[in-house]
Amino acid sequence: MQAVTQATMEFMKEYRTPLICGFVIVAVLPLIVGYVVLVERKIMADMQARLGPMRVGPHGLLQPIADAVKLLIKEDIIPDDADKLVFWLAPVLSVGAALLAIAGLAIGPAFQIAQGINIGILFVVGVSAMGIFGIVLGGWASNSHYSLIGALRSSAQLVSYETAAGMALVCGLLFAGTLNITSIVQAQYDQGIWFGLLAPVAFFVYLVASIAETNRAPFDLPEAESELVAGYMTEFSGFRWSLYFLAEYTNMIVVASVATTLFLGGWLRPFPRTHWLTWKSTGMDFFDFLPALLMVVVGAYCLARTPKQPVRVQQLFMLAVAGMCFAAAAVLAAPVIVPFVKPSLAAAVKPLYEGIHGGFWFICKVGLYIYFFMWVRFTLPRYRFDQLMRLGWHFLIPLSIINVLLIGIAMIIGSYYHLNGWWLLLATIPASIIALIIALFILALEQKGQPQKAAGAAPDSYA
Amino acid sequence: MANNPITDVAGKQQTLLGADELILNMGPQHPSTHGVLRVKLKLDGERVIGSECMIGYLHRGVEKIAEHRSYQQFAPYVDRMDYVAAVSNGLGYCEAIEKLLMVEAPPRAKVIRTILTELQRIASHLLWLGTHALDIGALTPLFYCFREREEILKIFEKYCGARLTTHAFRIGGLQYEAYDTLEKDVERFCKAFEPRIKDYEDLLTQNRIWLGRTKGVGILTAADAIALGATGPLLRASGVKWDIRKAMPYAAYDQYKFDIPTGKTGDTYDRYMVRMEEMRQSRLICLQAIENIPSGPIMAKVGKVLKPPPGEVYHSIEAPKGELGYYVISDGTVQPYRVRIRPPSFVNLQSFDKMVRGHLVADVVAIIGTLDIVLGEVDR
Repeated sequence: MQAVTQATMEFMKEYRTPLICGFVIVAVLPLIVGYVVLVERKIMADMQARLGPMRVGPHGLLQPIADAVKLLIKEDIIPDDADKLVFWLAPVLSVGAALLAIAGLAIGPAFQIAQGINIGILFVVGVSAMGIFGIVLGGWASNSHYSLIGALRSSAQLVSYETAAGMALVCGLLFAGTLNITSIVQAQYDQGIWFGLLAPVAFFVYLVASIAETNRAPFDLPEAESELVAGYMTEFSGFRWSLYFLAEYTNMIVVASVATTLFLGGWLRPFPRTHWLTWKSTGMDFFDFLPALLMVVVGAYCLARTPKQPVRVQQLFMLAVAGMCFAAAAVLAAPVIVPFVKPSLAAAVKPLYEGIHGGFWFICKVGLYIYFFMWVRFTLPRYRFDQLMRLGWHFLIPLSIINVLLIGIAMIIGSYYHLNGWWLLLATIPASIIALIIALFILALEQKGQPQKAAGAAPDSYA
Repeated sequence: MANNPITDVAGKQQTLLGADELILNMGPQHPSTHGVLRVKLKLDGERVIGSECMIGYLHRGVEKIAEHRSYQQFAPYVDRMDYVAAVSNGLGYCEAIEKLLMVEAPPRAKVIRTILTELQRIASHLLWLGTHALDIGALTPLFYCFREREEILKIFEKYCGARLTTHAFRIGGLQYEAYDTLEKDVERFCKAFEPRIKDYEDLLTQNRIWLGRTKGVGILTAADAIALGATGPLLRASGVKWDIRKAMPYAAYDQYKFDIPTGKTGDTYDRYMVRMEEMRQSRLICLQAIENIPSGPIMAKVGKVLKPPPGEVYHSIEAPKGELGYYVISDGTVQPYRVRIRPPSFVNLQSFDKMVRGHLVADVVAIIGTLDIVLGEVDR
């Protein structure tokens, strides 16, 4: 008995931090997702010449909480003909996979739940792909035609686009030479350049494939609202439905984080090895002050807009936002200014600097990536299923495979001529362009091969 | 439908993988059946091998109601048929009864009618564009379209107090004189509208996904379109230059210059292009009409109680969705003996099965969208 207690204590001692982090993530992530949804609705409203949610709280800021409460107290309906166990299990599976993938991500050099996991990227990609079981099973278990079609579409889509995404990731991994997430970012620091710049085609392929993988528009066929009502989640309601929703947005955060880590330099600032306007005594340069400056600019803009707000509440709201921006600026500026004022504290502040600035850049990049997702969603119409498959199999997969091949060759050439960092672009950019040309050529050949098989033809792309 | 594809077991078709056919019920509660249309689809995987439209969920017996109302009393009912183009419905009905009474609306009334009807055509097409784009997955055009439609509805509201079911016209002319700034409002709308159409086209016309989703989808040949009785943009996109505004001018259309846009292949993309061009042409008609609104009375001399001489009349107009015809029989009393309405949506819907076969489920919603049906009119 004592041995068991002893072992448990040992276990708790060793894994205390990850366990606490895990609990925090499970508790906080739904809130974050709720606010991502709110941000999405606000961006959508902005693009569509309207205001978006404005009723609950100032500028609709409490909308996510109202939504969450609504979803929780809704009646939980399980259709009579549904397979109850699978119906119950499916959303849990989906959301579980998405949350598990978060564990592998590193937001800063020291902030990773699964510390130092040496197959990092593989773990994240593998685990997040498990989420598809939740979708397929959910669609099958609801025993509805709409759900079934949605689930089938989803599985076919994931199989096709996972390949392209995987090949695109391989490209980045070629540069990094490791699967460990921390080491991948370190490799980008050593090279002094983001891998996304070295392999733009791979980044593009991953961008497209990740939209498809997360079932977002224009690839949101599994839940195509206007065709399949809600696809695989047609029969789900209330809390179960919100679990699927949570999984979708968590997956978005996961793919954005993977792309950030591998292609956008993770928590590194832009131009990690380039120094411009260096502050001699501390070694800090312009880019270290950039986060604080950005926040000051945003805060000043809010302040300038404050008198123009029509209602007093909105004025106060803008004032509060400006204040928060300035506070963030102060926090971001502190680690870079302290060593200047008190050189003795430089060493003590160093980890703080890495943590705060790393987190800032990481969140910025993930945010931009997700913003791109939303932008695309509100701009483009939806692909048809066969077109989606054609795009995947006839263009993205050949492109990513050729790209890996040519980038590999470019790296051999680069090492032969001792090209490093930015100089490596000389080899990889022509390789990327050639890959793109070959892929477009293949696509053209393909289209020539089967002339306008439009209307009545059976879609041949069921993977 | 005599040759029912769903219940016709003898004509069973071969499916792709030899699997069972899947019967999918689309509607009457479905996000993109534009109301309460119910479509029974026979699917092979996702390919449609048969379809059947089930209508009648919004049947209100409008034609029967007409037999128990006086001629003027029935006029507001026609607004409820194609409720997104109420002004056009009213114009058709009023002109039909005027024909029966052998009176003619004064020139001023005719011009104002034309302006409002053309604005209504733009509003109807805007609604079509927004929902059609939404069906195909483009979220944003809907809100842009509603923004412009709102301007038109504001003009209607200023003119007659109602926005949707306007009942703007009366038998014999108009109830209300044009308000002071009507010309200015219409002109301002038309000026602002030109760049807005360009905005929609920027979002859609050259978009590869949009082209992929609409080109070659739901082809209706000219012969088929005529055989099925299709009218309006549906017919014109198939290449038939038939527009009642030109062929049998009514209201004040003979005074204005405008083109009839036509398509070539009769696919969804052509119908999209035809309707976009029609909006431009309607805009031009409005601009021409406000140039010179004749002065004079707005109401012809008709009595308080309308008693048309016994007889029958068929009058049709070019509603936004196609030929809207009224066949009215009078028995000399204050109530019509029979009013038969030829709704464009109902007739156009008959070409659905022809267009949808062999396409995918995703195309079904594109085709429903391109038909531009309003169920209030289909079911009446």
